[in-house]
Amino acid sequence: MKHEIIIAGFGGQGVLSMGKILAYSGLMEGKEVSWMPSYGPEQRGGTANVTVILSDERISSPVLNEFDIVVVLNQPSMDKFESKVKKGGMLIYDSYGIHQPTQRKDIKVFKVDAMDAATEMQNGKAFNMIVLGALLKIEQLVKLENVIEGLKKSLPERHHKLIPMNEAAIQKGMDIVVEV
Amino acid sequence: MAEEIKLMKGNEAIAHAAIRYGCDGYFGYPITPQSEIMETLMALAPWKTTGMVVLQAESEVAAINMVYGGAGCGKTVMTSSSSPGVSLKQEGMSYIAGAELPALIVNVMRGGPGLGTIQPSQADYFQTVKGGGHGDYRVITLAPASVQEMADFVKDGFDLAFKYNNPVMILADGIIGQMMEKVVLPPFQPRKTMEEIKERSPWASVGKPKDRKRNVVTSLELDPAEMERNNIRFQKKYREIEDKEVRFEAINCEDADYLIVAFGSSARICQKTIETAAKEGVKVGLLRPITLWPFPSKAIYELGKKMKGILVMELNAGQMIEDVKLAVECSVPVKHYGRLGGIVPDPDEVWEAMKKELEIKPDLSSSSVTDAGESISKEQLTEVISNLNQMVP
Repeated sequence: MKHEIIIAGFGGQGVLSMGKILAYSGLMEGKEVSWMPSYGPEQRGGTANVTVILSDERISSPVLNEFDIVVVLNQPSMDKFESKVKKGGMLIYDSYGIHQPTQRKDIKVFKVDAMDAATEMQNGKAFNMIVLGALLKIEQLVKLENVIEGLKKSLPERHHKLIPMNEAAIQKGMDIVVEV
Repeated sequence: MAEEIKLMKGNEAIAHAAIRYGCDGYFGYPITPQSEIMETLMALAPWKTTGMVVLQAESEVAAINMVYGGAGCGKTVMTSSSSPGVSLKQEGMSYIAGAELPALIVNVMRGGPGLGTIQPSQADYFQTVKGGGHGDYRVITLAPASVQEMADFVKDGFDLAFKYNNPVMILADGIIGQMMEKVVLPPFQPRKTMEEIKERSPWASVGKPKDRKRNVVTSLELDPAEMERNNIRFQKKYREIEDKEVRFEAINCEDADYLIVAFGSSARICQKTIETAAKEGVKVGLLRPITLWPFPSKAIYELGKKMKGILVMELNAGQMIEDVKLAVECSVPVKHYGRLGGIVPDPDEVWEAMKKELEIKPDLSSSSVTDAGESISKEQLTEVISNLNQMVP
């Protein structure tokens, strides 16, 4: 089984961290993983993306031109990556940042109002974990307990007290994701 | 207990592996996309544990000369940089090669020329394997294609450097440096003691005892006859390295009709390209040079004999292709595909280019193979493949 995923949005939205937690979760599950960031002169407000591959076999190219799952968190990323979803693949977006959703009919499209939910939770930092929850709901990439283990691995110890909050955010994302 | 599997960037793996090898000193100057090497070393603070020195020099030139000095004292020392910074180090590398000193230099390449971009590139192939600095010298060059190899090649690189008293370069690029993958770090080994250094490197400048002459570490020799003898000695060493230290990996080459030759991150991309080719019914093998110098010319020559065509894929305008062409001695068409300045092609793009360049017309209905060129016996091929298995650690 192999999943080729790209997560794209604004710098500062937690795109790279979300990919990192996903990669760590895959590691916890004994999968082969690769995490390939866009590492340009990125900054808060610029665009950022990360390619994450989770596989049962050795991973060949960390650089891909089409993906099983595309997660887009702003309009420039939607414009750039909607055509990169494999036929029959999945696209998830947060409607807060997207004014023109995809027109494609040959893929499954999901919406997660993560920005609204994060605001409701009064925790802007929960945003990317809500999106991760949505991603895990539509495709069981890794088991939830391995995500928690992945969080423990990727967060410095002093932040481990935040894990329950992250878990709640993942749950929130699982609850609110809808197919469009 | 088995070593824990970790997830980290290639750059971070280099830093961890250096400490674990018992490296005495790292001297560097930050530059994207390799700054995590020094950043990780600073965070790990090995001067508190192993006693390793980590120093941010005032410039790349200073850093390579600190390496020159450390190596002259028999220490296990390294530096790292990216393309523009490595250009600055070339003079120092020529001196290190001329003084026959062991040292490890890491180049995490970015797009050039000049300051260029900070995105991945392989445009420093010529600089690395053809000289870079002045004089008839060679740098043993290891090209990692995974985070695991970033870690492993620190040990292999230092081992080779001390075996031949020669500079060794790890030639990576922004992809391998920045990506995170699983890695098993090498075991810790202690730094060499002064006694061990004296035994390993009797030429080292470590203080003169009464019972021997001064050890002089220099690349200067004003007597041309003596300088020619030095050069002849270097060349003899280089031939020995070419004989013994070639490394490569061959993937699906046994019954391939076409071959891709690619190193480092390009080889990773092309691994997927050969999968795509197989889906269209075309058998494509991949030969990945692990040492860029010494270059696996013999293996490419042997494999080339049974191929209908070879594509060399590099993130540059065509550099390694020259060595591939020399290796195959015009026995087979050799074409190039590359993207420049920091743009990375995807696996399908490479396949489309390969079909066009080598006029491959996949025919899924027919499996007949004709016109395969001069044939090579299965035994010969098995021998080539088994040789490489011994070479790959």
